[in-house]
Amino acid sequence: MRPAFTLVWLFAALAAVLLAGCGPDEFSQAERQAIAGLSLDKLPKLPPSPTNAHADDPAAAALGATLFFDRGLSANGEVACATCHVIDRQFQDGLALARGIGTTNRRTMPLAGVAWSPWFFWDGRKDSLWSQALAPMENPVEHGSTRTFYARYVAGRYGERYARIFGPLPDLTGAPAAAGPLGSAGERAAWQAMPQPQRDGVDRLFANLGKAIEAFERSLVHAPTRFDRFAAALEGGKTPAPGAALTEEEKLGLKLFIGKANCVTCHNGPRFTDDHFHNTGVPPVAGLPQDLGRLTAVRQVADDPFNCLGRFSDAADEAACGELRFMVKDGEVLVRAYKTPSLRGVAGRAPYMHSGQFEDLDAVLDHYSRAPAPPSGASELHPLTLSERERKALIAFLGTLSQDD
Amino acid sequence: MARAGRVWRWGLVAVAAGLAVAVAVHFWMMRVPADLDLSRDKTSQEHLYRVALAPEAEPLRQGPMQSLVVSVSTADGRPVEDATIGIDGGMPQHGHGLPTSPAVTAYLGGGRYRMEGIKFNMAGWWELKLSISAPPGDDRVTFNLRL
Repeated sequence: MRPAFTLVWLFAALAAVLLAGCGPDEFSQAERQAIAGLSLDKLPKLPPSPTNAHADDPAAAALGATLFFDRGLSANGEVACATCHVIDRQFQDGLALARGIGTTNRRTMPLAGVAWSPWFFWDGRKDSLWSQALAPMENPVEHGSTRTFYARYVAGRYGERYARIFGPLPDLTGAPAAAGPLGSAGERAAWQAMPQPQRDGVDRLFANLGKAIEAFERSLVHAPTRFDRFAAALEGGKTPAPGAALTEEEKLGLKLFIGKANCVTCHNGPRFTDDHFHNTGVPPVAGLPQDLGRLTAVRQVADDPFNCLGRFSDAADEAACGELRFMVKDGEVLVRAYKTPSLRGVAGRAPYMHSGQFEDLDAVLDHYSRAPAPPSGASELHPLTLSERERKALIAFLGTLSQDD
Repeated sequence: MARAGRVWRWGLVAVAAGLAVAVAVHFWMMRVPADLDLSRDKTSQEHLYRVALAPEAEPLRQGPMQSLVVSVSTADGRPVEDATIGIDGGMPQHGHGLPTSPAVTAYLGGGRYRMEGIKFNMAGWWELKLSISAPPGDDRVTFNLRL
C-alpha cells in the first residue's frame, strides 16, 4: 500500500475515535448527569445578601425599581441604570462598549440571575450588588455626577420613601451641589471641606441608594427555556413534548458542550457560569487603555470602602465576607482574567466578551478553536478542532438557552 | 513532480503525527487515575505527621465557600499543637490552581485547625496540598478530592 493511502486510513481511524460516542441519539449516564446539573430547576434558592439589611424588603425593592429607571440620577439628566441595562433586551444594550454620558471600556452585562453572583463587573472589582450599583453613578462616562448631588437628589425627590426604609435623612444643610471623593479636583476639594459627620451621612445615603437598587435587582431571574424542558424530560425518562424537544443538531451541540468542546468546564451549573475569572486570550481593543482584568480588580475591591468588610456593610461579622477575605490577591493567573458570563440568553446578546470583541457566536467559536496567545498573562485555552458541522451544532444548542428561541 | 509528491507525503505525515500527539495529550489530560487515592486520613510524605481532613459540612460541593477541619498528629498519635499549615492545590488535569486562597483561621484544640475559604469552581479531580511546619519538622501531604 502506498504511504499516502496508509495515511488516509490513519486519518479515518483517528476521526472515528474522535467521533465515537458523539452519536446524538443517546446520552450516557455521565452525560445525563451533566445535563441535569445545567437545568434551571437545579438553581439554589436566592442566596441572602448579608451586607444589605434591606435586600429583601419590598419597599426597598420598589424604591430601587424607581431609581433604576430614573434618568435624573445623572449629570445630564439623561442616564439611568436602564439606559445600558435595557429592560426588554435582557437588561443589556447590544453594544460592544456601554454608552452613558460617554463611552466606557467594557460591555454591559445582562442582569438575570445577577443576585447569585459573588462578584460584580467583568473583573469582579465589586463584591456586592449594592456596591456595584454605586460605581457607575460616579463614573464620568456613565452617570457622571457626584456623591452630594445624589444625596441631595434622593433627599429632595424620594426623601419620604427613603426615610421609611432607611431611617432619617442626613443633614445636608450647606452641602455643596457637587462634591465627592472621586470627582474633579474642585469636587474633591469641596468634599474634603465638608464636616466629617456630613460626609459620613452622605456616604451612608449613597450606600443605601445602592442597597435599594440591589433589592430591586434581586427580582431579576432567568426563565426556563426549551433546554430546561428537555433536561426535565430527560431526567424524568420521558419523551420530550413538542416544546421541549431538541433537534438532532442541537443534541449534538449539547454533547459537544458537555464533552469534547469542554465548554462546561467553566460554563457550569444552572447559570452556565463558575462565577470565576479566566484568561482566555481575548484580544485587546485598539484605542482602549491597557486592561489587566482581575489583577487590577483585586486591589480595587480590597481598598473599596463599600466592600463587605467596610463600615457600610450590614454583615454581622467577617464570616460573611469569605469571598473577599480568601480571594486570590496576586499571581499571573489574575492577568487579563475576566468573569465567566452566563450563557443563558446568549444567542440574543451579541457582541461577545468583556469589550464586545467578537460580533457573533461563530467568531467566539473561532477564537476558542484557535486558542491564540494572549496579549498578556497565560491563556487557559487549548486548541480545539471542530468541524463545520460541530460548530453549527454548538451554536444551535446555545440557541436553546434563549426564551422563545 | 516526484519531489513535490514527497513534500506532500511528508507534510501529511507531520500533520498526522501532530494530530496523534494532540489526541494522546487530550485523552491523557482528561484521564483521572483509576486508582486515585481518595483517603482523607494520610501520613505525610516524610512520615512526620498523620493528617486528616474533615469538611465542616458534608459533602464538599462545587460552588459555595466551605471550611475544613485539619487534624494533625505525630506519627505516634500525639496531637500537634503549634503547626503552621499552608495550602495549595488545583486541578491536575486542567493545570490550574485553587480559585481562592484558603487559610487556617483558628486552632480548635486537640491538634485540630479550622481552614476557611475553600472553593471549587469546577467538577472533577482536585488536589489539596498541605504543607505542615511544627517542631517535628516540615512535611507535606496531598489529598485528592473528586467532585
